[in-house]
Amino acid sequence: MDPVTLLTVVVLAVFVGFEVVSKVTSKLHTPLMSGANAIHGIILVGAIIVAGQAGDPWLLTIALLAVVLATANLVGGFVVTDRMLEMFGGRKNARTPGRPRSGAAVGDRVDGAVKGAGRGAGK
Amino acid sequence: MSILGPGWTALLYLVAAVCFILALKGLSSPRTARRGNAIGAAGALVAVVTVFLAAKLDNIPLILAAIAAGSAVAVPVARRVQMTQMPQLVALFNGVGGGAAALVAVLELGHSEDPWVRLAVVFTMLVGAVSFAGSAVTVGKLQELIGTRPLLFPGMPWVMAVVLLGAVASGILVVFSGSAGWALALLVLGLAAGLLLVLPVGGADVPIVISLLNAFTGLAVAASGVVLGNVLLLVAGTLVGASGTILTKVMASAMGRGVAGIMFGAFRGGSTAGSTIQSGRPVRSSSPEDVAVQLGYAQRVVIVPGYGLAVAQGQHTVAELATALAARGVEVVFAIHPVAGRMPGHMNVLLAEANVPYESLRELDEVNPEFANTDIALVVGANDVVNPAAKSSPGSPIFGMPILEVVQAQQVVFLKRSMRPGFAGIENELLHDPKTTLLFGDAKDSLAKVLGAVKAL
Repeated sequence: MDPVTLLTVVVLAVFVGFEVVSKVTSKLHTPLMSGANAIHGIILVGAIIVAGQAGDPWLLTIALLAVVLATANLVGGFVVTDRMLEMFGGRKNARTPGRPRSGAAVGDRVDGAVKGAGRGAGK
Repeated sequence: MSILGPGWTALLYLVAAVCFILALKGLSSPRTARRGNAIGAAGALVAVVTVFLAAKLDNIPLILAAIAAGSAVAVPVARRVQMTQMPQLVALFNGVGGGAAALVAVLELGHSEDPWVRLAVVFTMLVGAVSFAGSAVTVGKLQELIGTRPLLFPGMPWVMAVVLLGAVASGILVVFSGSAGWALALLVLGLAAGLLLVLPVGGADVPIVISLLNAFTGLAVAASGVVLGNVLLLVAGTLVGASGTILTKVMASAMGRGVAGIMFGAFRGGSTAGSTIQSGRPVRSSSPEDVAVQLGYAQRVVIVPGYGLAVAQGQHTVAELATALAARGVEVVFAIHPVAGRMPGHMNVLLAEANVPYESLRELDEVNPEFANTDIALVVGANDVVNPAAKSSPGSPIFGMPILEVVQAQQVVFLKRSMRPGFAGIENELLHDPKTTLLFGDAKDSLAKVLGAVKAL
């Protein structure tokens, strides 16, 4: 790759990286970190390329190890982030009880808790 | 057997890169966070499918098997991990990503003739290895497999200096000779540097280190993009490196710390080290029934949940207690410290899991002025985040960290397992305050007993 093009891409990506997360609330720090963590699991693409070019069995073994590790990072990262955010989603249901997503029992409990707190705040 | 030409490949990688940007953007706002994450995953899928169609690959069945194996390990763990242990898991995934980047770079060394490309190889190997070893230490500290106190030995700064100089020297040798032996030395030195960097960090600062190592892995992945001439890796890695750096700074300032102070504080003379003195001064302990009476006849109660609550899985019980008190006409709110739990935002996740309504959660700045007209501050399994030493004693390791000022409330009730100090390893003066009472025991048990007593009032 031509070095100037390379530098251009890097500088632009740095600014985009700074911009997109600069106004995040502290509530979302953990999911955001976890999501960013999943994104660098894209090293899987690199691991697949080296594994696909490895001739020697030893090199292939190391490359396949890299594929396993990178997959764990990528797939595990997105799944665990989704699990964290799913819990935040539970609150959205509390505001729009018409669309319960995670089963009646959970929905009932959400409504109960909201009513309780509402009463408390009212007094 | 490449199906896609270079033009289509570049376009599809661009699609994936845009997906990653949208993912980070989406994750910055509560409304769009989950969709953002899904967009990121879709981008990753596009990228992986593209590489199979675009590159001339051998060993495809083995690669697919390796992907299946990685997913088979990671998905169940990610699905089943308890939310209290989530920070460890994030650190673990970060570490294996760094390790994968280092391995990719090692394998590409043989194909790299250009010294500039070799420089990128060296950078990827070193930073990837630091991230791998450092993350392993953070997992150990969070799981309490190794002590959460800063680990230091005499002469550690010198050892660190020697390791870093050695790493730079072997890096230079790799750039000019491409020798596999020196590359191996570089990897070992990188691992050692990762250990030495994170071992001296005090337990309370570990989340910030995870975020920093996350940015490191991003940079390693970006450098691997240079090595492989792959723009997607370059862009995605740089994005994570940049956003991870900002996130680390934001987290550190939420805790009133500087990043440099955290990483090198222990080297400078134990500023992250905790006191080991535990005084035998008396405290006032109480019974669940007494606590229930206090709470049940209060007008306004602020609950301060901490890691102890999470460990005891007491988030559902505390939610029930809040509902029971609200039913009696008590105004109940939850005061969430930015770093309650083990990571910024961790407690919000845990309480969301227990269906505590969003409206009753208060952030630090909102709730602190309200403590003065609060009857009872109920501190459940928290310690460091309410420790007045952060404001009053400049010598304390947590000095400068913003705290929840429960000391302003009329009365303070601690539900605590023992007199053991918190994660930062320092004693809490507030426990000995005349207006403080303590109820000893597992947070969930204590809460259940108090809940029973409140219902019987």
